[in-house]
Amino acid sequence: MTDTQLAQPHAPAGLPPLAVLERMYEVMRTVTVTDERARAEAKAGRMPAAFYPVRGLEGVCAALGAVLTPDDHLVSTYRNLADTVAKGVPLRAVIAELHGRVPGSSKGKGGTMHMHHDPSGLMATTGIVGSGLPIAAGLALGAQLDGGGRAVAVTFGDGATSIGAYHEAMNLAALWHLPLVFVCQNNMWAEHTPIAAYAPSTALAERAAAYNMAADAVDGFDPIETWRVLGAAVARARAGEGPTFVECRTYRLVGHTSSADYSYMPPAELDAALARDPAPTFRAWLADGDHVAPARLDEIDKAVDTGVDDAFDFAQSAPHPEPGAIYDDVFADRTWVEGR
Amino acid sequence: MTLTSDVDLSGAETAEMTTAVAMNSALDLALAADPRVLLLGEDIADPSGGVFKVTRGLSTRHGTSRVRDTPIAEQSILGAAIGAALAGYRPVAEVMFFDFVTVAMDQLVNHAAKFRYLSGGQHPVPITVRTVVGNSRFGAQHSQSLEAWFMHTPGIKVAFPSTPSDAKGLLASCVFDDDPCLFIEHVALHYSQKEPVPTGEHRVPLGQAAVRRAGDDVTVISYGAQMPGVLAAADTLAGEGISAEVVDLRTLVPLDFPTVLASVARTRRAVVVHGATRFAGPGAEIAATITEELFEELAHPVTRLGARYVPTPFLASGLEPLPVAADVVGAVRRLASS
Repeated sequence: MTDTQLAQPHAPAGLPPLAVLERMYEVMRTVTVTDERARAEAKAGRMPAAFYPVRGLEGVCAALGAVLTPDDHLVSTYRNLADTVAKGVPLRAVIAELHGRVPGSSKGKGGTMHMHHDPSGLMATTGIVGSGLPIAAGLALGAQLDGGGRAVAVTFGDGATSIGAYHEAMNLAALWHLPLVFVCQNNMWAEHTPIAAYAPSTALAERAAAYNMAADAVDGFDPIETWRVLGAAVARARAGEGPTFVECRTYRLVGHTSSADYSYMPPAELDAALARDPAPTFRAWLADGDHVAPARLDEIDKAVDTGVDDAFDFAQSAPHPEPGAIYDDVFADRTWVEGR
Repeated sequence: MTLTSDVDLSGAETAEMTTAVAMNSALDLALAADPRVLLLGEDIADPSGGVFKVTRGLSTRHGTSRVRDTPIAEQSILGAAIGAALAGYRPVAEVMFFDFVTVAMDQLVNHAAKFRYLSGGQHPVPITVRTVVGNSRFGAQHSQSLEAWFMHTPGIKVAFPSTPSDAKGLLASCVFDDDPCLFIEHVALHYSQKEPVPTGEHRVPLGQAAVRRAGDDVTVISYGAQMPGVLAAADTLAGEGISAEVVDLRTLVPLDFPTVLASVARTRRAVVVHGATRFAGPGAEIAATITEELFEELAHPVTRLGARYVPTPFLASGLEPLPVAADVVGAVRRLASS
C-alpha cells in the first residue's frame, strides 16, 4: 500500500478513528505472528492439527472486525484464524482450541475448523466449503425477525463461489432482503487451482447482479478501503436495505495447508503479493503518514508478541478433556448416548 | 382401521383427527404458544398449505413471516433453519419427500447434528425437519425410507409415528426439544386413520416405545407405516392361537431398548419389521442388541423383515419390495413353533 493508493479515493477526514486504526493494526500483527507460530508448532509436532494458514487475509479480516460489533453474528470457514481474532475471540481460547485443550473456545473437541464463541458473536465455522452461507442466511433471518439493527456477515473463499450452497444462499438472502454481508475472501486459489482455471468469469462481484443484490469489489490488501466498503455494506444491512456481496481481492501468501508446497504458485505472482504483505505494509503507512506514532506501534508489536507467546504457553500447558467428556454435548442429555 | 393409543386421553378434550390434521394442530399450537417457532418449506403457506395439506391455514393464522414459503432449495431451507436456531428460534423445516433430504445432507449431517458437540455445548440446534416417505406410485426417488442413515449420525433424533395421536404428540415434543429432530411421516398414514386426539397441548416423550398389543408368544417390533400391517397380522395370528406382543418404537433415536428387551425377555422370540432396506437397516441394530443382551433366553434367532435390497420398483409394475402382513404372519408362525 502506498499513500498514493489511499489518498485518491479517500480524504483523510474519512479515515477510521485512531482507536480503530490501532485495533486494526493490532489484529493484523496478531494474525501474522500467530499464523507463523501455528505453522511452526504444527511442523514441530507440538500442535497435532490440520491448520489452514490465513496469511494475506489480515487486512480484510481486521476491517471486517472493525465494522462489526460483538452483537453482530459471523460465520466463517476452516481458514478462520484471522476472522476469530478480528471478531474478538480471546487469543488464549483460540490457541487452546487449536491444541484440543479444555479452555479452548469449543472445550477442545471442535479443533481448527470448528470455532464457536458465543460471547464474541462467532456463531460457527465450517470445514465444508460454502456451507456457512445458508446458515448465515438463517442467522440473518433471525436478526430480521428480531426487529433489525443486528448485522450478520459470512466469510468464504473464492473457491466457495462454485458450490451450490453459495447460489442458494445468495438467492434466499436477496429474496428475503436479509441483513447479511457476503464477504468473499478472494485469495485467487481454490486449494491448488487458480481462479481462472475454475471460473468462466473471475469478476465474482458481478454475479450478484443476477440476484438483484448490491455488490462491490475492493483491494483486500488495502485495509482502509476494505473498511469503507465493508462498513457501507454493514450499514445497509442494519438499515434493512438488504444483503451485499463484497469481493475482497487478496492473495494467499502461503500454501493451502500448513504443510502444502508452493510448486504450483507462479513465483512472480507470489513475490508481488508478498511485497504487499498486509501487516508490515499497513504499519509503514500508519507510521509514514503520522496516523499512529512509531513508539505506539512499537508498543503494540511488543504487546502482540507477548500475547502470542502467552497464548501458546497457556494452550500447551492446559489440560486435555477428561475421557468421559467424549459423551458430552452430543445431545442436551447424555444418558442415552453412553453405551450406544 | 383405528389403532389404539397408549396415551391416557381420559379427561382431555379430544376430537377425531387424521394424522395430517393432528400434525396441523401440533404446529398451530406451537406457533401460538411460542413466537420463536417458525415454519419454512416449499409451498407450505396458503393457499397451497403444503402438498399434503399439513400446514393448511397456518400462514393465514400466524402470518407469512413465520410460516414461510421458500425456493426449491433444500440446502438453504435447512441451512436457514439452522442459522435461525442459532439466533434463538425454533424452526420447523419441511422437506417435501425424504428423498429430497439427500440434497441437503450436508446441512443436516455435518452441521445440525454436530454444532452442539463442536461448539462445546454453546450452540445447540433446536430444529425439526419434517419429511415424508412416499409410496411406489411415485417411483424410486419419492419413496425411500432412509431413517437408518440418521440413526447412524450421532447428534440427531429420529421420530416416526404411526398414529394420529402420536403424530401430534411427537411433533410437539420435537419442536420443543433442544436437539435437532428428524420427524418422518408416511404418505400412506396422512389420511388413512382417524382417532380421538387431544385438541389442546399434547406431547409424547421422545424415546418411549408403546406396547400396542400385549402378547406372550412372540414380540413384533416395528414403527411408522408398517404398524397397520403388523397389527393386522397380530389379529390373524390371534385367530390361530398365537399371541403376539406388538411394540411400536415411535422414536428410533433415542431408541427405547428397555421396553424392547423387557418384552423379548418374556416372549423369548422377536421379529423386527420395517420399511427401510433390511440389509444394514434399523432391524440389524435392534436384533444385534437383543442378541447381545438376551442370548441365553432366546428360543430362536431374531428375525428381520425389511425392504428388499433394491431401488423401489414402480407401483404399476406389480413388484412389491416391502414386507406385507402375510410376511409378518409367516415369520411369527415360524418363531412360535420353534
